[in-house]
This record gives sequence, structure tokens and C-alpha cells, in this order.
Amino acid sequence: MFRVVRQPINLQELIDFVIDPEAGAIATFIGVTRNHNEGRKVIALEYEAYPEMAEQELARLGAEAARKWPIRRMAIVHRIGPVQISQPSVIIAVSSAHRDAAFAACRFAIEEIKRTVPIWKKEVYEGGEIWIGTQAGQPLTRS
Amino acid sequence: MKVKVKFFAILRERAGVAEITKEVEEGSTVGDLWQNLQREFPKLAVPGIRLLYAVNRNYVSPAQVLKDSDEVVFIPPVSGG
Repeated sequence: MFRVVRQPINLQELIDFVIDPEAGAIATFIGVTRNHNEGRKVIALEYEAYPEMAEQELARLGAEAARKWPIRRMAIVHRIGPVQISQPSVIIAVSSAHRDAAFAACRFAIEEIKRTVPIWKKEVYEGGEIWIGTQAGQPLTRS
Repeated sequence: MKVKVKFFAILRERAGVAEITKEVEEGSTVGDLWQNLQREFPKLAVPGIRLLYAVNRNYVSPAQVLKDSDEVVFIPPVSGG
């Protein structure tokens, strides 16, 4: 399951998807929106994706994880659109026979998402906003 | 021939449009298209930005030669997660 969605993500749905009778472990990672970044107060966040390619890239990194570690099943769901502070923006679930593979694949997945998957986060501050990674946007005015 | 260009995130905001169709010359590369688009939409030239390039949903090099009906996307630094 590799999806980009506009609705809140349901953790249990991902866990149910990766449950496997051969698995002795399920690792999950939840990326949550934070109310500060580099000393500034974040008042709103928004994600945008190139959805067709993002889902394809998620599936590609899932296949790569399956080549690197003996995992059973993997699910990744990334939310886009406005996401309130403290809400999940991405959830990853991985099952494997033994825990090492599930932990490793879960870690690999979040690092790859941040590196290669065409999804962008905009942070809105008091008096400005930034597309993270571009160091551009409306200039920030500090009071 | 014609290609479809989609803009996302900062580039969508700076272009003021999410999608356009561009007439390109036979043999043009992805990099050529980007140079032309910056002339058409001067705000696309974000200082210091490092772009990746995608054609038909796969990452390619800027030297990739375009084909008719390609879907081209210029990908600003990603920041999902």
C-alpha cells in the first residue's frame, strides 16, 4: 500500500495491511507536524505532491527495501493538503519475521521519502511562509 | 511537437499556473526547456535552487531529449515526511 491522501491517515489501517502470519514484528513510524522550526513558531503547514509520481516513488523505495531486508509487507501513506499541528503527515508500517528487518526498512523508508519522493512542505509563520528546502518564499519579517 | 509541463510547490506559485503545454523543437532537451521557461516566466529562476527533472514520472538527467506528448516536471528540493 503506497498512497498519497488528502484525509487523516489511519494507523490501524496500515497495521492491518502489513499483518502476516509469517511475521513476528511490525515496526511503524509516524511523522508528525511540529509547531516550531529553526527557532520560529509554525502556525500552519501544508503539503503538496506530484501524486502519481510520489506514489510510484513510494512503491519503488518499498521494492528497494524488500531487496535489502527480508521484510514481509510494507505500507506507506503520506498526507497532503493542510495538516494541523501534531497530526500525522506520514505513516510507515513494515512487517518481518524478526524485528531487525522491520526497524531497518522503516528507517530506510522515511530517509528515502525525505530524499527522493516529490512531496513538498510549506511552513507558515507569523508574517511569512517558506517552502522547506528552497529557502525561498515570502520574506520573513521578525518583530 | 508539444509537451506538457506541470509545476508544483514553489515553482507553481512562481509560475502562477499549475500546468501548461509547450511547443518545443525536435531534439530539445529537458535542460533546454527549462532555459526557455525561465525566459517566459522570469520568476521561475529561484536563486540557488537545485532542481531535479522528471519525464513521464521518472527522474531523468537534464540532457534527456524530449519526445512528443512527454509530461515534464521540474522538481524543487523535496521536503516530505
